[in-house]
Amino acid sequence: MGAFFSPFISKPDTVSRIMFKVLLALLPGIALYVWYYGPAILVSIALASLTALGIEALMLKLRDRPVAPFLKDNSALVTGWLLALSIPPLAPWWLIVVGTAFSIAIVKHLYGGLGNNPFSPAMVGFAVLIISFPAQMTQWLSPHGLGAVELGFLEQLEYIFLGVLPPDVTLDAITMATPLDTLKTRLHLDESVKQIFDMPIYGRLAGQGSEMVALGFLLGGFYLLATRIISWHIPVAFLGTLFAIAGIFHLADPSHYVTPLFHWFSGAALLGAFFILTDPVTSPTTYKGKLIYAVGAGLLTYLIRVFGSFPDGVAFATLLMNLCVPLIVLYTQPRVFGKKEKRP
Amino acid sequence: MRTLYQFHGGIHPPGHKTQSTQCGIARAPLPSRLVIPFRQHAGEPSRPLVRVGDQVLKGQLIGMPDGFVSSAVHASTSGTIVAIDMQPVAHPSGMPDLCATLIPDGKEEWFPHAAVDYRSSDPAELRQHLRMSGVVGLGGAVFPCDLKLRPLRNHPNRNISTLILNGAECEPYIACDDMLMRERAAEIVQGAEMLRFMLNAGEALIGIEDNKPQAIAAMRQAVADSGLPFEVVAVPTIYPGGSAKQLIRVLTGLEVPSGKLPTDIGVQCFNVATAYSVYRALAYGEPLLSRIVTVTGNVRHAQNLEVLLGTPLQELIALGEALPDTNHYIMGGPMMGMALASTAVPLAKAGNCIIATSDKLFPPAPPALPCIRCTRCAQACPADLQPMDLYWFAQSRDFGKAQAFSLFDCIECGSCSYVCPSHIPLVQYFQFAKSEIRAREQDKLAADHARERHEFREYRFEREKQEKAEKLAAKEQAVRQSLAAATPANPCIAAVQPEIQAAIDRAREQAATVEPKNTNNPTPQQQAEIAGIEARREHIRELAQSAVEHKKD
Repeated sequence: MGAFFSPFISKPDTVSRIMFKVLLALLPGIALYVWYYGPAILVSIALASLTALGIEALMLKLRDRPVAPFLKDNSALVTGWLLALSIPPLAPWWLIVVGTAFSIAIVKHLYGGLGNNPFSPAMVGFAVLIISFPAQMTQWLSPHGLGAVELGFLEQLEYIFLGVLPPDVTLDAITMATPLDTLKTRLHLDESVKQIFDMPIYGRLAGQGSEMVALGFLLGGFYLLATRIISWHIPVAFLGTLFAIAGIFHLADPSHYVTPLFHWFSGAALLGAFFILTDPVTSPTTYKGKLIYAVGAGLLTYLIRVFGSFPDGVAFATLLMNLCVPLIVLYTQPRVFGKKEKRP
Repeated sequence: MRTLYQFHGGIHPPGHKTQSTQCGIARAPLPSRLVIPFRQHAGEPSRPLVRVGDQVLKGQLIGMPDGFVSSAVHASTSGTIVAIDMQPVAHPSGMPDLCATLIPDGKEEWFPHAAVDYRSSDPAELRQHLRMSGVVGLGGAVFPCDLKLRPLRNHPNRNISTLILNGAECEPYIACDDMLMRERAAEIVQGAEMLRFMLNAGEALIGIEDNKPQAIAAMRQAVADSGLPFEVVAVPTIYPGGSAKQLIRVLTGLEVPSGKLPTDIGVQCFNVATAYSVYRALAYGEPLLSRIVTVTGNVRHAQNLEVLLGTPLQELIALGEALPDTNHYIMGGPMMGMALASTAVPLAKAGNCIIATSDKLFPPAPPALPCIRCTRCAQACPADLQPMDLYWFAQSRDFGKAQAFSLFDCIECGSCSYVCPSHIPLVQYFQFAKSEIRAREQDKLAADHARERHEFREYRFEREKQEKAEKLAAKEQAVRQSLAAATPANPCIAAVQPEIQAAIDRAREQAATVEPKNTNNPTPQQQAEIAGIEARREHIRELAQSAVEHKKD
């Protein structure tokens, strides 16, 4: 500490604390996840955390950067947790490990590390996994009371680490397609929305269990807004757009297009709105830019969900909008004090 | 109630002002010596008028304004000048400056001075009087006051509609203006009226941040007592609300255009302490000899002192009694002030506050992390800049881009650094980028100048060569002509002519008998070898050429 420059005072805010608050905000959703699906998700999160920290340390070492201050910034943990929450918890252990390692090593560090990656690390990790291991990526656990069989925690561990199921249990008995996935398949079979929603997995709104987990993320999102970790622009514009376009289609043809609320509470919409799209590193810096970015992501999410070949569209919508960020930022520069023209 | 406007951004750092406002303004005792810099203002230093050994009186002019932007400097008390030399001063560059050292005689004997009736004086004379009284802006910029009172030359039809007195004092810790307004409100209001009169301004607004209720009350009372139509406006406490452009925006809703002055929108702004100095200079004829200084921070007796200009800071700090764990001293506020390299420097007109620091009061910032583009800086920037982008351009030395993204609209208030969770010293990056750009512009000017000189020099050489050649040719011609005229008349040369011819023939014969060099008549084998070498050389040349062209693409 040689130099002593103005300003001599600063807010006691740190990157580490901001990232910690993001982790904290994920807790309600995780708690509800455990409540409805059992503790397997905690195993995924633990695996993701260990991999994230390990690969982060390794990459920092390889890149000749100080390890301790960067490990303490908590950003790798956020990436790991978000990826863990995006993939099926009852998957072979190497799935989350490979995904997290790819996110941290390739997407984050090979592009310059903290603050420099153009793409959301967790979402690239997700995209890589869903394209490379589609089978493992669809083994979603059934919520309590819906599966034919429910595994105990030890049995879940046995499957995750050893790939062994109890003798009389098949994988189909404990897993199922997600509500979004089921909807897509059944609509292709010319069933109406009403018929499909009579299935027990649909719960009150958008899927038993999953809708409650989404509610948990919504709660965490309010915490992030209240603590000013994020601004309202991205969640409001994203959810608003998703609601509007889903509403238009639903009003036009309710038998083929589900309600806007279903789109909000299913899949990764709420996780994306508050935790993924709001990643400061990969989203626009200007307020107007944030609005454009989130509107684009909302439209793409809906289009991919309804007309694309993947059940959920948040990850690909995020990545596609990540691509546009530099351009959006350039064209949405605010007016400088005392200047007339807007763009430099 | 007046409608107030907002400016974008701003921060709310803890004020720490009450620490020094528990007691009234005290007069600092006469120091053992005064070191008076000849440059205490923006612009050119004043020209020394005294010599070593001179006896001077309090208020006697010792430094004559020298140049358009310059101001006068006076002896702060009576005594003897013992040195005029380079002394360390409180300047970020750390460079010493020319100072007069004065040993006070303790008599405080005044130089004759007289009040000026400003209402019946010529405006130019009043400005000259302020210039000779050394009145400069005491808000921090120390710009000569008289220059801000000049009629608007570029806008002959436009008048100053609004005079603004700046009593916002938005930086934490600093309380000198607060105390001045509490205790000398009537004088400030009279000074404001003098400024308003000289500017021929319509209205006069006095902006004070609402964290100074006593100052606001005192100023309101003073305005009411004076019967003048001034308005004391309590403005929201937000840093940097005391920056002139931001205060003008809050009070009038007007924005000073980028790169322009407040006068361009019919507003002129003075600090309250400047108004006080104007009052002393006109109502009493007293030049600027002292100012109020806040001594605070890690000290036992935080207070506001009226201090003679030139007082060594260590004597001032001794009055506050710095605590043992003090590690630095800041001149100015904690947001925009500078760390003093030494306290053996004199107080100048810009010195509003001295803060003793300790690790406890001012914990050192943790090491900087990369920017995560969280935009807290952009949200805090009062100039609506995008500091995270400017930082990117500055650190990658992309100065053109930085300039295009309005780097020079940055007022270096430090709000961005204050809120940065990565603790990046943003202001230092911007100062660095600005100084680099200025240096490059200087270099470019210098290079242009040098090139012009070089081209002229070349042209001159060429011209001289030509002239010489012409002269030589003319001379030769003349010699030849005279020789041609002279030859037949010279029998000596005619006599030796055959001998000369014989010598030339001998030399030719000798040259013919010399053996030819080995390169003159090569054998066919040698010729083939040479051809081969030449072909290879040609090939290499072609390769090199294509490589260069490839690079160009």
